[in-house]
Amino acid sequence: MYEFGFTRPTSVADAVAAMGEEDAQALGGGQTLIPTLKQRLAMPVTLVSLSGIAEMQGIQSGDGQLVIGGATRHADVAAGAGAYPALAALAGGIGDPAVRNRGTIGGSLANNDPAACYPAAALASGATIVTNLREIGADEYFQGMFTTALEDGEIITAVRFPLPEAANYQKFLQPASRFAMVGVFVAKFADGVRVAVTGASEEGVFRWGEAEAALSANFTADAISGLSVPADGMIGDIHGSKSYRAHLVGVMTKRAVEAAA
Amino acid sequence: MTKVSMTVNGKAASGEVEGRTLLSAFLRETLGLTGTHVGCDTSQCGACVVHVDGRAVKSCTMLALEAEGAEVATIEGQAAPDGTLNAIQAAFQEHHGLQCGFCTPGMVMSAAALLKENPKPTEAEIRHYLEGNLCRCTGYHNIVKAILAASGQDVSAIAAE
Ligand SMILES: Cc1cc2nc3c(=O)[nH]c(=O)nc-3n(C[C@H](O)[C@H](O)[C@H](O)COP(=O)(O)OP(=O)(O)OC[C@H]3O[C@@H](n4cnc5c(N)ncnc54)[C@H](O)[C@@H]3O)c2cc1C
Ligand code: FES
Ligand code: FES
Repeated sequence: MYEFGFTRPTSVADAVAAMGEEDAQALGGGQTLIPTLKQRLAMPVTLVSLSGIAEMQGIQSGDGQLVIGGATRHADVAAGAGAYPALAALAGGIGDPAVRNRGTIGGSLANNDPAACYPAAALASGATIVTNLREIGADEYFQGMFTTALEDGEIITAVRFPLPEAANYQKFLQPASRFAMVGVFVAKFADGVRVAVTGASEEGVFRWGEAEAALSANFTADAISGLSVPADGMIGDIHGSKSYRAHLVGVMTKRAVEAAA
Repeated sequence: MTKVSMTVNGKAASGEVEGRTLLSAFLRETLGLTGTHVGCDTSQCGACVVHVDGRAVKSCTMLALEAEGAEVATIEGQAAPDGTLNAIQAAFQEHHGLQCGFCTPGMVMSAAALLKENPKPTEAEIRHYLEGNLCRCTGYHNIVKAILAASGQDVSAIAAE
């Protein structure tokens, strides 16, 4: 790692001020950023740790929604998001216990790894990403792999999830990294079903519109039996070809619907 | 350099570190607590697992400065001061839960975190919890058995191989 300065503010306001310095970068749980720094793929002048900011921690539910502080760790979501069981289960399936004890929801969404789990939950739920500057709907937030609507220095302070009537996340493990080879989050709301797919596409997390329409009319696995996503544009690597991933999208969606229904 | 202070195995510890100093490096190089092993240094193997404020973390993937003011527990603090092994360590010895021993500090610290959360885990729960701890020697079997034994459960159902 190149050397960098380190600061650990205790309020969002102080963190925002620290992020205003040149080449400052936020540090969530460090479970992605520290490996990146070790590979010298990033060279921040200062890391601004978000771990000491009480107002960015914790989970609140009420009014049909769940609000999770941006620095809340995966293990705390797994244990504390009982109001949204599919989300709690997703958090409890990220990496391993030690990763879950450090990694944060804000870090995962800011990073937007094409194989990460939280982006699927946020997009399928129609969540709102709350930052120090504004509120961003999930449909506008995700802009392709490792790309989001966040501006330089913007901090995710919270994430607001509307609570669906039924939901489920199915993750097909990539056997080496244990990220999602393909992960599908299905969420059924009173006004329709949303389906978000991670791990599969070269464009990062995406909504599968055809499946959403079919499932909104008939929320059963059979409703999507005839549907498939094109292999073109899927990720192809040593772990699975494009067509294999495209096939998995259908299989994982059906499993998620069966488990949610 | 910045001063960092924390409690390690119940004793106050402090030292001068850089921003980039990892908790694993602070424990091993500054404090001389080399029981915490660094196997991969890429967040995969779990040999470096310690507890920070009661939670298992990979100390190779946490900055020392992030542990400012924290309670840190390492393998060195597991046995009694007279050297008597704790229940998990004794069970690893009894059930041959180690061969070369490289992964063992991380295994023991992960097992301790598991048993604190879930005092009577099933075999499947133990295997699942150890997802982030790799062992190149044992094939995991006797590690799982040792943890089951340390939790006071019958291990006869796990076939001896
Ligand atoms: C062994 C291993 C297995 C893993 N398995 C999975 C898995 O199965 N599924 C999965 O989804 N993920 C997995 N991860 C990734 C893990 O979930 C990370 O915790 C997550 O991707 C990043 O979160 P973090 O809090 O650690 O962020 P950091 O690593 O600290 O930061 C990541 C990026 O986000 C920025 N950032 C951090 N917090 C904020 C914020 N609040 N606002 C704005 N920007 C911010 C940082 O500047 C950096 O650019 C795994 C990681 C490891 C090491
Ligand atoms: S040395 Fe930390 S996970 Fe391998
Ligand atoms: S005993 Fe050798 S790596 Fe586990």
